[in-house]
Amino acid sequence: MTGTHDPTLPSLEDALALGLTRAEYELVCEKQGGRAPNQIELAMYSLLWSEHCAYKHSRKLLRTLPTEGEHVVMGPGENAGAVDVGGGLVCAFKVESHNHPSAVEPFQGAATGVGGILRDIFAVGARPIAVLDSLRFGESSSPRSRYLLDGAVAGIGHYGNSIGVPTVGGELYFEAPYEHNCLVNVMALGLAARGRLVRSAASGPGNALVLFGAATGRDGIGGASVLASAELGEQGEGEQDKRPTVQVGDPFEEKKLMECSLELLDRGLLVALQDLGAAGLTSSAGEMASKGGVGLDLDVAKVPLREPDMEPFEVMVSESQERMLCVVEPANVEAVIELCQKWEVGGAAIGEVTAGGQLRVLRDGELVGEMPVAALVDECPLYDLDPRKPEEPIYPPPPAAAELSYASPPRELLLALLSCANLCSRRPLFEQYDSIVQSRTVRGPEQADAAVLVLADASALAVSIDCNGRRVAADPYTGTVAAVLECAANLACVGAEPLGTTNNLNFANPEKPHVAWQMTESVRGLGDACRALRAPIVGGNVSLYNEGATGPIYPTPVIGMVGRLPDARRAGRLGFAFPGDEIALVGPLRHSLAASELAKLLGEPLPDGLPEIDLEAVGAAQLAVREAVRAGALSSAHDVAEGGVAVALAECCLIGGLGAQVELPEGLWEPAPLPLPPDPASRDAVPPLLTAALFGEGSGSFLVSGDAAAVRALGERVAVLSIGRVGDDVLSIVEGGALAGTMLTLTLDELADAYASLAELFS
Amino acid sequence: MKFGVLQFPGSCDEVDALHAAGKVGEAQLIWHGDRDLKGADAIVVPGGFSYGDYLRAGAIARFSPAMESVIEFAHEGGLVLGICNGFQVLCEARLLPGALLANANLRFTSRLLELDVVRTDTAFTRACAPDSAQAGRLMLRIPAKHAWGRYYADAETLAAIEGAGQVVLRYAPGQNFNGSLHDIAGVRNEHGNVFGLMPHPEHAVEELTGGSCDGLRIFESMRSAVEATALA
Repeated sequence: MTGTHDPTLPSLEDALALGLTRAEYELVCEKQGGRAPNQIELAMYSLLWSEHCAYKHSRKLLRTLPTEGEHVVMGPGENAGAVDVGGGLVCAFKVESHNHPSAVEPFQGAATGVGGILRDIFAVGARPIAVLDSLRFGESSSPRSRYLLDGAVAGIGHYGNSIGVPTVGGELYFEAPYEHNCLVNVMALGLAARGRLVRSAASGPGNALVLFGAATGRDGIGGASVLASAELGEQGEGEQDKRPTVQVGDPFEEKKLMECSLELLDRGLLVALQDLGAAGLTSSAGEMASKGGVGLDLDVAKVPLREPDMEPFEVMVSESQERMLCVVEPANVEAVIELCQKWEVGGAAIGEVTAGGQLRVLRDGELVGEMPVAALVDECPLYDLDPRKPEEPIYPPPPAAAELSYASPPRELLLALLSCANLCSRRPLFEQYDSIVQSRTVRGPEQADAAVLVLADASALAVSIDCNGRRVAADPYTGTVAAVLECAANLACVGAEPLGTTNNLNFANPEKPHVAWQMTESVRGLGDACRALRAPIVGGNVSLYNEGATGPIYPTPVIGMVGRLPDARRAGRLGFAFPGDEIALVGPLRHSLAASELAKLLGEPLPDGLPEIDLEAVGAAQLAVREAVRAGALSSAHDVAEGGVAVALAECCLIGGLGAQVELPEGLWEPAPLPLPPDPASRDAVPPLLTAALFGEGSGSFLVSGDAAAVRALGERVAVLSIGRVGDDVLSIVEGGALAGTMLTLTLDELADAYASLAELFS
Repeated sequence: MKFGVLQFPGSCDEVDALHAAGKVGEAQLIWHGDRDLKGADAIVVPGGFSYGDYLRAGAIARFSPAMESVIEFAHEGGLVLGICNGFQVLCEARLLPGALLANANLRFTSRLLELDVVRTDTAFTRACAPDSAQAGRLMLRIPAKHAWGRYYADAETLAAIEGAGQVVLRYAPGQNFNGSLHDIAGVRNEHGNVFGLMPHPEHAVEELTGGSCDGLRIFESMRSAVEATALA
């Protein structure tokens, strides 16, 4: 930089306002050959050097993750990863977040989140076949949570239902740390014939660059930098101002765009394809050029506009939805435009691939900006984290439910858990989604632990999405391992083996040492668990700065996992199916109340650490259950998760419409070493062992039902404990042995009433 | 027996309808811009959000070139089935009486429903047989999924269609979540060759993915009606 500043050029202050640091601005000047960038160049650098686009605080960590495996067809770096699912097909999948837009405007934020992830899937040439969503809001008692929930669910439904892609699963938690910064993560899956996936690398100097889809407007300007890469302010304050940075979605436009893209690929008319998401044309053009090692000339005057007087920088950074960018051989341009006309989407050649490594922006042929592609896309400085485990608890204890304690009658505790917002039935939510369009859904919401989608050869895909942020907050390493294992357990319950994993790492401000520590530990757990399961990471997303005025969110590495089962007809079910079936617990029983749903209900502070997980024992239990389900030996299989064995039993009863008579043997429970809460005085009573047995949580155990011979056969492979029989219309749990006595008896109607409490949030 | 399944920009369930119709006969898609119905013996106007359902559900699709041919086809006595958005299109095209309004709960709702078959002497229900498990009750289990499915007609029209026996399907007691008048789930025209319903029979053609095969009865009925006409 020189001492004198050209007054027609943006200043350092302008760069700071766009989110760059002083050092980054100086580096930009250096990359620009020692001159200050003009307005359009600065706008483009500020976006591509934002956390959202450059992953500058996470890239080094992500490099430690396992990304290779026998099923992986396309790994991280493309619009979506893909695994081979047999039968000549590959499945492309990815999860992405739209957290800050949804916190500002939940309906459009969530809707465009669905639109964005679907474009990622068809950008690689796969037809989207399913959507799952992972949602986090503040406590359900908060009016803001209800507003955000209602808006986000309506937005997801509005987009997903209208475009003809089923929403087959998801998860939803309410926790105070998400009050100001909700999480809306959406996962999508698509199918393509093997060998037909398309990459995004631009190639062939002289080839045309065609932009197709919706016209470009002034919406979403600054979304990636201003909105996604900074903390949210006080609730209300500033959020109104940020509303124009949220894009507005049009599912009908996207539906046409999707059909058009897939037909263009089908007819072999494209060299490369890329969707336009965060940072719009800047990011799409930059990434296509960078991956192909080429340059691009791009004329903003040729971009079809919604508003006629847009400045070149506005055209380059607009985040208008429902647009795609492709590279086309000159001879095919006419055919591409014709096909766009058939689908009634706009299409225009806006530039061409060049041999130099420069991204040049023109207006009517006049050069208005020029940047080296490598500098713009790949040379943003990466930062080391400064992880430090916090000495004091970061999160205040949750509000305690009145009139409950560890000494309360088990029946009251079970009803309180079944009706709490985190565990009650999701029916009022998933009924707002089309889960059956495309006729592949063999298991949808509440029918099994994972969604199951049948393929043409009668095999099936299974998919699950999960993360318990509270457990990750208690222990970022073990909590993340548990989230990965939970996904794999869900797959095992339908008989599927994991093929690959995607993740959305939702964390707070990475520049703070305690958040850096959460990230570092969590990613270490993610890598270890995926390696142990042979379920490599094929793609994902990072969402940082999820932090409002009241503090950071729970660290929430949302895990999505895709698996395969050979015979769709044998996909496992969740609910009890036949009166007289034996009920058994399978796998390691190391349950503890640490960071459990019951502990939350009772207002316990988070413990410092979770019991260690025996990955080998959990893996063995999952394998045994998976194979028993595949063999058709079991009537039902459900993993024991939040709320422990008692809630798992109640869910199997409710979904199956059958009761269960259960006797828990004395001395069954091997109490897992329980880390003490930071402040022992805050506990009014040590939980009775039986309360821990009923409601304790831990990875690796399953609740199955089947005929006695099948349960016995399973017991030859893995620890199995018979605990009762399916039948009648009550759930009764008695304590066996010397202390024999009834612990609880509840009718199905009583259970159902408690389980139906979510409807209140939508009224 | 050849089914033609219309495809508009924004159709979502046309492939499902193609698959269902393909189980009982030949089936092919007809692009919204084409006037040629390709010799179809019966037409299915499928579900989805034709033209984004902007303006009003089905209001734009009724003006498409393919619909012009379908209207002519219907006036000549051809069988036309409208499912969900297709039902809305047929009402907009005045091939069927009444209109579909926003659900009473004002939300998109997706649910597997029980439907009572009001009569089996129609071209769309003649293959429905009493269910022995339901003590002879004529019932179909078919999913519905829509935001605008509340059947409405003014009192005079309602009396007329009830009097003429045009109501073919009703939501079984307790199943009418959208608030349809007279629990009407499916209605035919006076002549009996055009039928629309909000539930999705094409999503109940296989146990594996539908949890019911009852939807097939609708397509089988249409085949049977077409074959009977051909013989006559």
